Amino acid sequence: MSSLIVEGLAVSYGRTEALKGIDLRVEEGQVVCLIGANGAGKTTAMRALSGLVSPRAGRIVFDGADIAGLRPHRIAGLGLRQVPEGRQVFAELTVAENLALGAWLVTDPAETARRRDRVLARFPRLAERAHQVAGSLSGGEQQMLAFGRALMGAPRLLLLDEPSMGLAPILVDEIFAIISALKAEGTTILLVEQNASAALEVADHAYVLETGRIVLEGPAADVASNPKVVAAYLGG
Amino acid sequence: MLGQQLANGLILGATYALFALGFTLMFGVIRVINLVYGFYFTAGAFIALYLTRNLGWPMAVAFPAAAIASGVMAIGIDGLLLTRLRRVGAPELASLMVTLGAVLALYATATALLGPDIKRFPASVIGAEAMEFAAIRITQAQVLILLATIVLVGGLLALMHGTRLGLALRAMAENPDAAGLMGIDTIRLAALVSFISGALAGAGGVLIGLNFNAIQPYMGEAMMLRGFVVIIVGGLGDIRGALIAGLLLGIVEVLTAGYIASGLKEAVAFAILVAVLWSRPAGLFGRAVTRRA
Repeated sequence: MSSLIVEGLAVSYGRTEALKGIDLRVEEGQVVCLIGANGAGKTTAMRALSGLVSPRAGRIVFDGADIAGLRPHRIAGLGLRQVPEGRQVFAELTVAENLALGAWLVTDPAETARRRDRVLARFPRLAERAHQVAGSLSGGEQQMLAFGRALMGAPRLLLLDEPSMGLAPILVDEIFAIISALKAEGTTILLVEQNASAALEVADHAYVLETGRIVLEGPAADVASNPKVVAAYLGG
Repeated sequence: MLGQQLANGLILGATYALFALGFTLMFGVIRVINLVYGFYFTAGAFIALYLTRNLGWPMAVAFPAAAIASGVMAIGIDGLLLTRLRRVGAPELASLMVTLGAVLALYATATALLGPDIKRFPASVIGAEAMEFAAIRITQAQVLILLATIVLVGGLLALMHGTRLGLALRAMAENPDAAGLMGIDTIRLAALVSFISGALAGAGGVLIGLNFNAIQPYMGEAMMLRGFVVIIVGGLGDIRGALIAGLLLGIVEVLTAGYIASGLKEAVAFAILVAVLWSRPAGLFGRAVTRRA
């Protein structure tokens, strides 16, 4: 069953067309990656999916309902959760407060506590730093907090926007290990990445975005062996 | 004599702090400089005047009622003026111009409807009896001002730092987009902030009306100038800074009027503003952030 179906999604900023009508599909339990160069429109696609920008045209069907143009809090409430580009943790708030905000829509404190225990078991470093402000964490720890915060929302579809950006190579490996673990648990993930080789390795299906258009799609293994992709994105 | 001056300054400063808190809260969370804010101060004073003089309500009831009514008015006016600007992502200068135009129109309308002359609360409302503590004379109105300020400021700090809603407000102050991704309805919270700040301004209007027993349509304008001094000296968006700067400004004004010349109190207040900005551009207390309070 399809978790997410995107049809003809177009987004403009003023006169600039950032997305020129893209089609995309994420099946339940799949990891789908969207790769492309800087400025290809990847982050714009993510912002449209989470409601931070309104699409000019197109449909975004999530779990059977068209969510295009809904406000961000409504989309989050449906279980479409995002780890935004640049992490965007609340730097002035503590780790514990950041996690609590991830479960803002949960009204049952016992459920919030259960989720928090699971997140802290997954990321023990966050437990150690629960009462520090997020701004004092290292880049890698902040990224884990951003993951933990999104997981507090019990995502039905997890959007990951450039999760490896700005991290040291050893931390990039750690982030992709987390993504693999989430995949093994059956989490549905749409992953946007500049690190194409790592993304294609973890993904089931892949899309290549160039200047606002999907120029290639297919099973991740096929996309990874496509000569053009090798030349342009895999340093071949 | 000095003790009496300090007490008067503290009480005046408490109302400045109360007024500036709403202004700085709005800037900190919604990130707009809302010049209509001063009008809610005028509105609070006139509503309390109407309730006590025309309807004969006791001040203890009229005061909270006027504050709530000012808050509701703020939801309507801010919603009308600012929601659209936020949605289209207008620059901050646009909110400045739109709210400037709106507030001038509102003052002019209020003056046309209510008259430009100074109005006073009925004598029975004011409570003329004064108390004396260690040779310092404090009127009932001043006691009310002090109590109301303590309750409202304490309430605001408890809301911001002791509740789930306050956590959401601090998150929104820091990063509205990320707050939306958490499932927080930022437009509804913006309306709540309008209500809280409008109510604080309205409460300030009633209290200043009581302190000087003088109410007229442009009273919010004079207050706005002080509001600017307080929130800039305290640091834009900084609740704790606004509190301290408000108290200081009240004390400085009263001491200037008492020991130098009453006509100089505004000049001194603005000289302090310039001196603070010149030496510490981010305000007295460093970074401007609501969440630090």
